[in-house]
Amino acid sequence: MKYFIFPALLGLLSMGAIPAASGEAKTIELPVPESATYKQIKGVDLAMSYCYTCHSAEYAASQPPLPRTFWAGTVAKMRDKFGAPIPDSVVEDLTDYLTAAYGTK
Amino acid sequence: MSYLLRKKTTKKKTISNNPAIPMQRNSHSSRRDFIRRLAGAGLIAGTGGQLLRAAEVADVTLPFANGGRKLVQFPGKRPLILLTSRPPQLETPFGIFNDGLLTPNDAFYVRYHLAAIPLSIDPDQFRLEIKGVVKTPLSLSLQDLKTQFEQIETVAVAQCSGNSRGFSNPRVAGGQLGNGAMGNARWKGVRLKDVLEKAGLSAKAKQVSFDGLDTAVIDKTPDFVKPLDIEQIMAGEIMIAHTMNGEDLPMLNGFPLRLVVPGYYATYWVKHLHEVTVLEDEFEGFWMNPAYRIPTTGGGFIEPGTKPEATVPINSLNVRSFITSHADHDTLPVGKPTTIRGIAFDGGEGIKEVEFSADGGNSWRSAKLGEDLGRFSFREWTIPFTPSKKGTAHWKVRAFNRIGASQPMEPLWNPSGYMRNVVETVEVEIA
Repeated sequence: MKYFIFPALLGLLSMGAIPAASGEAKTIELPVPESATYKQIKGVDLAMSYCYTCHSAEYAASQPPLPRTFWAGTVAKMRDKFGAPIPDSVVEDLTDYLTAAYGTK
Repeated sequence: MSYLLRKKTTKKKTISNNPAIPMQRNSHSSRRDFIRRLAGAGLIAGTGGQLLRAAEVADVTLPFANGGRKLVQFPGKRPLILLTSRPPQLETPFGIFNDGLLTPNDAFYVRYHLAAIPLSIDPDQFRLEIKGVVKTPLSLSLQDLKTQFEQIETVAVAQCSGNSRGFSNPRVAGGQLGNGAMGNARWKGVRLKDVLEKAGLSAKAKQVSFDGLDTAVIDKTPDFVKPLDIEQIMAGEIMIAHTMNGEDLPMLNGFPLRLVVPGYYATYWVKHLHEVTVLEDEFEGFWMNPAYRIPTTGGGFIEPGTKPEATVPINSLNVRSFITSHADHDTLPVGKPTTIRGIAFDGGEGIKEVEFSADGGNSWRSAKLGEDLGRFSFREWTIPFTPSKKGTAHWKVRAFNRIGASQPMEPLWNPSGYMRNVVETVEVEIA
């Protein structure tokens, strides 16, 4: 596999300008400002540390109102299936946060 | 005001700098200099709470619990219903389906799984790699694809497996969509089969896997890769598409190439397709197992709240139909003739009949079918109607395909919220 390398372009790219080599690159600008933040209650720092890296807050904020078992399952899925680096010591507090912020009692 | 993206790894600007979080690593993109990707949280200026809402236009409410959504304008798109920002997931406001049979590119829904999506692609340097158990691996440019192979065109519906999931009862986890995660487009490209035959398939070829340029933010997250069986591919309908409704694919719908699998749910329609690998063995990957699987029984449905005994990968679209000319809570004058309009589609058997009920399903009348753009396309239906009785009316529509399959009167359920296809109801007021 051969790729053309244009080191000079790295500087241009870091400014957001798009180099046109022989043709024009198709480019879009993101992010559009995210429409939701994690709810600012006790434990939000955990969501910002362990969830926000991979995805925006709407994933959690748009879920239907469901009890703690749902959020416990979600945290487990993120750890087991998606490789989220959530330490054992944080799991319960993070689950409590998500339930308090987005779940039912 | 500028939200210009910085390339790859820069100092993260998240609210908390936790050393437990690995630095963003775009280990893939260092090998792909024709692309630049959104790398994740580090690229969004943390404002500590309220984010600026410059791009927001208005709010909508989908008719289920926690259904409030913003309308947000993304690059290449008109304002669409925002499900998630990063990665982007946008659904089409339902009224757009009444504007015409082809869903405009700037209104077409968007769905990504992983947030490191391509933002800048040089089409001249882009290459589609064909590898695996083939006689001759290929590295094809867009120009090669457009000139060395027969060009084909198909009008086909792309529908998200979880379209309409928000209506599930009981509710289930996942993207909480209304009915707008679907769209109909005229796709143009080349037969996947023709490209594979140029590479020369080994007799041992069993499946082919498809990988796009978008990738995960962290290495441990499985990359989004989907396979298809060689027999299905050799039937000749699967397309590597470069053109959508006469234009380049929008970036957010997979520029410069995507797979188009007519009649199958859109999970297989891999965007930014760049690597096609012919396999001797069955592909195993998260996004085929355990993700995207349906119960083997009941047409993909089980008793609500239960677990399936066995599953298979989701596959063909079932029959669906909608009223598009009128929406819930519309008011119509009694005695005034009108035309009711909508769409119907299925997984490729073809729509044979559509019926309309003005009285909540007690009696049905045949609707007139409109132009046939092909068996994978939305089919328009219309019926002239004069409301004769004042009060609340429940209008329903149901479709039958050529083998007699139709839709359930009551919604059916599975744990993932896939394949919803209940007979749809619109509640109107006749005054």
